[in-house]
Amino acid sequence: MAEGFGELRLGGVTRRFGAAVALDHLDLTIRRGEFIALLGPSGCGKSTALNCIAGLLPLSGGGIWLDDKRIDVLRPEQRGFGMVFQNYALFPHMSVRKNIGFGLAMRRLPKEEIRGKVDAALDLVQLRAHAEKLPGQLSGGQQQRVAIARAIVIEPPLVLMDEPLSNLDAKLRLEMRTEIKRIHRELGRSTVYVTHDQDEALSLADRIVVLHEGKMQQIGNPEELYARPANLAVARFMGYRNILDFDAERVDGTRVALRGAGIGLDGTAQQAIAPGPVTVALRPDDVEPGGGGANAIEACVEIVEYCGRDWLVDLVLPDGRTVYARSSRKVAPSTSARCAVAPERVLVFRRESGR
Amino acid sequence: MTAAERQLNRTALLAVPGILVVLLLFICPFLHGLVLSFEPKEGGGLANYLRFFSQPFLYNTIATTLWVAIPTTLVNVGLALPIAFGMRRNSAWQRVLTAILVLPITLGTVLIAQGLLTYLGPQGWVNRLLIESGLASSPIRLTHNYWGVFLALIIAEFPFAFLLILSYVTGIDPALPRAAATLGAGPGRQFLHVYLPLLAPGLAITFCLCFVQAFSVFPSAVLLGAPAGPTRVIAIAAYTAAFEEYDYSMASAIAMIMGAVQLIIVVAVLALRGAFYRGPAGGAKG
Amino acid sequence: MSAAASSVPRRSLGDRLWSTAMIVLIAFFVVNVFGVITSVTVSSFSTRWLGTWLPSGWTTRWYSAAWAEFQLDEVLLVTVEIVFTVVALSIVIGVPAAYALARCDFPGKKAVLLLFLLPLLVPSITYGIPLATVLYQARLAGTMNGVIVANLVPTVPFVVLVMTPYIEQIDPRLEAAARVFGAGTFRVFRHVLLPLLTPGILAAALLVLVRTIAMFELTFLTAGPDSQTLVVVLYYSVFAAGVRATQSVDAMAVIYMVTTLIWLLIALRFVNPTQLVARVKEQPKK
Repeated sequence: MAEGFGELRLGGVTRRFGAAVALDHLDLTIRRGEFIALLGPSGCGKSTALNCIAGLLPLSGGGIWLDDKRIDVLRPEQRGFGMVFQNYALFPHMSVRKNIGFGLAMRRLPKEEIRGKVDAALDLVQLRAHAEKLPGQLSGGQQQRVAIARAIVIEPPLVLMDEPLSNLDAKLRLEMRTEIKRIHRELGRSTVYVTHDQDEALSLADRIVVLHEGKMQQIGNPEELYARPANLAVARFMGYRNILDFDAERVDGTRVALRGAGIGLDGTAQQAIAPGPVTVALRPDDVEPGGGGANAIEACVEIVEYCGRDWLVDLVLPDGRTVYARSSRKVAPSTSARCAVAPERVLVFRRESGR
Repeated sequence: MTAAERQLNRTALLAVPGILVVLLLFICPFLHGLVLSFEPKEGGGLANYLRFFSQPFLYNTIATTLWVAIPTTLVNVGLALPIAFGMRRNSAWQRVLTAILVLPITLGTVLIAQGLLTYLGPQGWVNRLLIESGLASSPIRLTHNYWGVFLALIIAEFPFAFLLILSYVTGIDPALPRAAATLGAGPGRQFLHVYLPLLAPGLAITFCLCFVQAFSVFPSAVLLGAPAGPTRVIAIAAYTAAFEEYDYSMASAIAMIMGAVQLIIVVAVLALRGAFYRGPAGGAKG
Repeated sequence: MSAAASSVPRRSLGDRLWSTAMIVLIAFFVVNVFGVITSVTVSSFSTRWLGTWLPSGWTTRWYSAAWAEFQLDEVLLVTVEIVFTVVALSIVIGVPAAYALARCDFPGKKAVLLLFLLPLLVPSITYGIPLATVLYQARLAGTMNGVIVANLVPTVPFVVLVMTPYIEQIDPRLEAAARVFGAGTFRVFRHVLLPLLTPGILAAALLVLVRTIAMFELTFLTAGPDSQTLVVVLYYSVFAAGVRATQSVDAMAVIYMVTTLIWLLIALRFVNPTQLVARVKEQPKK
């Protein structure tokens, strides 16, 4: 089981590359045993944050503490964290066994002990039969598992994973996702997991941190981020494909009366809203063409894509804007449809300038 | 055969002129030389080779050449490795240094030899510096001897070794040493356990290429060395046989011996590397 | 605990000593290379230079002396003719061969690749002597044609080895797309291939040019009195230096250096310096 520390704290962590700011005063506390996902589009700073925690990048400002000990002054080899790299970074000239045992060899453990621990790790990732092979002889998924085994066998207080699944094909990615979850459950090691895939983050993490342009946008458990994104940046990233400008006519507590595109709609405010221009975020799954309900959008069906379980429908509003919907029943193109939306699922945000 | 296959075969014919050039001007003369070496001016088939190995004036050229080729190659590769390794990050310095180091290669061995005659000569700046700084009381003999040739080879070959090793070093996935760092390896152990094993094949190749070049030293040995004695390298012996004694058969024999010695050393180095290192021969990407 | 400013881990003393040593070595090497070049240049402009840091007087008469004495106008003309012919021929022979190797898979392809690799691995003296022997017997030696033919041996494989990866990088589907839209072989070549190949060909041509100007051994072994390139004339003049004033030899050396360096500078605009030695590696810059 995980031992050692109570919390890893990032305080005001800043990282600059010349004039560009990759990380802007990031504050984050990771509790023991937690699985934290750093989620965001490319360039948002998530890999930078991970590299800073690992010690592969120096900080431009702020600090990192492991309980009371300041660790950002330590070199990576002194921090003792396990890291899984995006392209696995397996040593091509060493066998699987030697790769996994490398960290233990660096700690000068006795040979017998190394052998025992490596065997246990091999069993954990189910690669015992491939122990003597070279990485070049393994498939992508197997290399992945070796990389994971190598990181956990040293029993680190923290495991860092940098988009470990992005180089795998879709089917393998799902399998490995479950593997990672299983390993985390069995070992209980605190993990920081970087990804740009919201599905991965939702399924794996205890808490998700959404980053955008170097700043933290929201931190919370998966349900919170899924249902109640804090701002438009997070909403866009969490699958709210419909981002539409409306006017708020009336604001009544959290209930907002919206008008635009020749329709009237009720929505729920996610931020402090005053009457005037606002932006609305709506999930396609929450737009039901032909559904019953007082709150509805009138639009014209343009494109219908069959997806097996349901249909992806592109609708066009009277003013020409597109609305994406998922329909559980078939609709015909070039017909007009009345799409019901629950007011709690119409998320209203402040209008951003220069979007 | 489909039309596409026929098209492909026609395209392959484009290589024929090039192949012919190499066959006619490289392979054939070499084979011709080999045959010629067994047809000496006088004596039986092996007369040339027997003569070579029975006359100290001749067979000592092998030792003389090795005596200049192996140390210079060791120095060149030995210095190029840490310097290229230190320059592995693609910085402005790397580019500047690379551009400067290309100079000696471009200028060629003749110019370097000629330049060194002035620079290292008794009146040259090096001796000037040594005398005026008190390190020497009279000019040190650096030309027309072993040291002139030694230094010429260093200047001419070091850039080549550097550029070649640099290309190997930069070909190693930078994530590998980072991974080793996260697993507890400091810079020294990163070099020992990650870089060195992955560089081993490249280092062996660099050594072989540098050695082969150094072993064939010719203009430097004549201009800057003492071709009659201490720096009578095997290339000089071959040249003398061909163009002073007009004994083409003997010259070919000496060229063959030259090639054979180079081959033996190359095979030995590659075998040595193979004994120490198991793993992908060129592989550096993880 | 307050958030302190930047937290870069201290570089160890060992690290810094190592860097300093490296910098010293590199600086030493570079200083000496420039020292050689400078002392030749200074000498070529000196009236008398004995035992002092700088000459006692300056003059440019050695240049006109060298020009007349070594008939440099003719030598330069010969050099230009030979070098440019070699460049043109190597491109015309080598590029199609590279194309065939890049696009086609045929039985014996590995052997052909090895064939093109060999002349670059074997030093020019080793195969030059048998080659010169053959050329003498074919009565080609001693003429410009003989020199050109001899120089093709390293340059054609060089072009092939540099251009093959370059052509491999060009998407073969571009040619297929052109055909789909109605272009025959000639028009595919003219409108699609040629524009894409031109930068690579230019780079290869410049590399061959610089290498051939400096190529000593092959020209030395095959040239006659009126087919010597500048570098060979330089060698002979140093060889017989006792008879001539060293300053005029230095003047010729400077002329040779300037010629080489001009072309090197032109080449470096288009080419990565490492490709000058890239016998087997390196993707050319596009």
